Amino acid sequence: MHEASLAGGILKLVEDAALREGFRRVTVLRLEAGQLAGVEARALRFALEALAPGTCLQEARFEIEEPPGQAWCLPCGQTVLLKQRGDACPSCGHYQLQATGGTELRVVDMLVEDD
Amino acid sequence: MCVICGCSNTGTNAAVIEGHDHLHSHTHDTEGTHSHDQTSEHDHVHVDQISGDLHFGAGAARVSVPGMSQTRAIKLETDILGANNQIARQNRQHFEAHGVTALNLVSSPGSGKTTLLCATINALKRREPGLHVAVIEGDQQTSFDADRIRATGAPAVQINTGKGCHLDAPMVAQAFAQLLQHHDDAHHAAHQHGHDHPHAHEHAHVDARSLLFIENVGNLVCPAVWDLGEAAKVAILSVTEGEDKPLKYPDMFAASKLMILNKIDLLPHVQFDVQRCIELARRVNPGIEILKLSATTGEGMDAWLNWLGYAMEPA
Repeated sequence: MHEASLAGGILKLVEDAALREGFRRVTVLRLEAGQLAGVEARALRFALEALAPGTCLQEARFEIEEPPGQAWCLPCGQTVLLKQRGDACPSCGHYQLQATGGTELRVVDMLVEDD
Repeated sequence: MCVICGCSNTGTNAAVIEGHDHLHSHTHDTEGTHSHDQTSEHDHVHVDQISGDLHFGAGAARVSVPGMSQTRAIKLETDILGANNQIARQNRQHFEAHGVTALNLVSSPGSGKTTLLCATINALKRREPGLHVAVIEGDQQTSFDADRIRATGAPAVQINTGKGCHLDAPMVAQAFAQLLQHHDDAHHAAHQHGHDHPHAHEHAHVDARSLLFIENVGNLVCPAVWDLGEAAKVAILSVTEGEDKPLKYPDMFAASKLMILNKIDLLPHVQFDVQRCIELARRVNPGIEILKLSATTGEGMDAWLNWLGYAMEPA
């Protein structure tokens, strides 16, 4: 459900950029929602599509990348892949993991048109 | 569409950009067809004149979006939560300046947060009579919880989020300002000395440490993502829920510093494997601290009060 609020925040970022850069329409909006960011990419896409009509995102295509989760494993002393929180280290099977990647949630870039 | 109030007014000019000239004041001042008829910067919140409770999401869209009413220069490669986190940082500084230790209490609905808070306030009154404790209560609607807190004598502000599923940093900023305002009003009424306070609330808790409990909306998912400026998140899990919740809702337990297992007086009557619950919580957060207590019987309350004491020590 918080994806609806996040979509509102994304629209705000885009509209600010529109004011600053003077464009009228976004055709592609690229986002990153890491696998450990606590965000469901499908729900975020749905929320953006629901919000878009009547805004500069109306015709935009949403590309949401999901960078893989990464964690520092204390026993292994190395960075390992972590598909989801609560999983064991794929290397040693322990759980002493600190998430280090895949937590990002950001607007990366966009293609815009002026007419 | 305006995502705050839900109106579709995009102004006389069909251009979308002009339609959002309300980013500053949210007045849609184009045709006079849609005015929120308010003057403050915080036009999306309705303030209860008597209790000071805040009602967000009262517009047609029934959501509140942090940063929506502010102008800021941004670039791409931008954190989507940046607007919220900026205000969370301001809250943190504000809390520190006032000697306030703020704790963000998160859980499912029905875990016993409010009962625990009432019991905690009453226990602190006996243990540390001079300690100032205030509460910000978050719920979709009603002021039932804030009413329960006020019955203990502690000041409380209710935030109603409307359809919103979590508290955000701007809501807490406004609620904290309400608490300070009410505190000052009470203070001035009590002393009647009428001297000038150019920045009236500055003096309130300069020396004394105080506690602020922020009871988030009952929801084990969304509040994990939103920093409110708190010193720590405290997750409350009651033994009438499932022992596997830390693994089912890992983001919340990963974000929390402390997990409280509540209602342990009911353990003889329910199937709840405490050891397994603790093990699962440590899987998602190896560093999480854990306390077991019953707000009803008082068992384990001393350890919780001690934990609060440590939390209040300046870093």
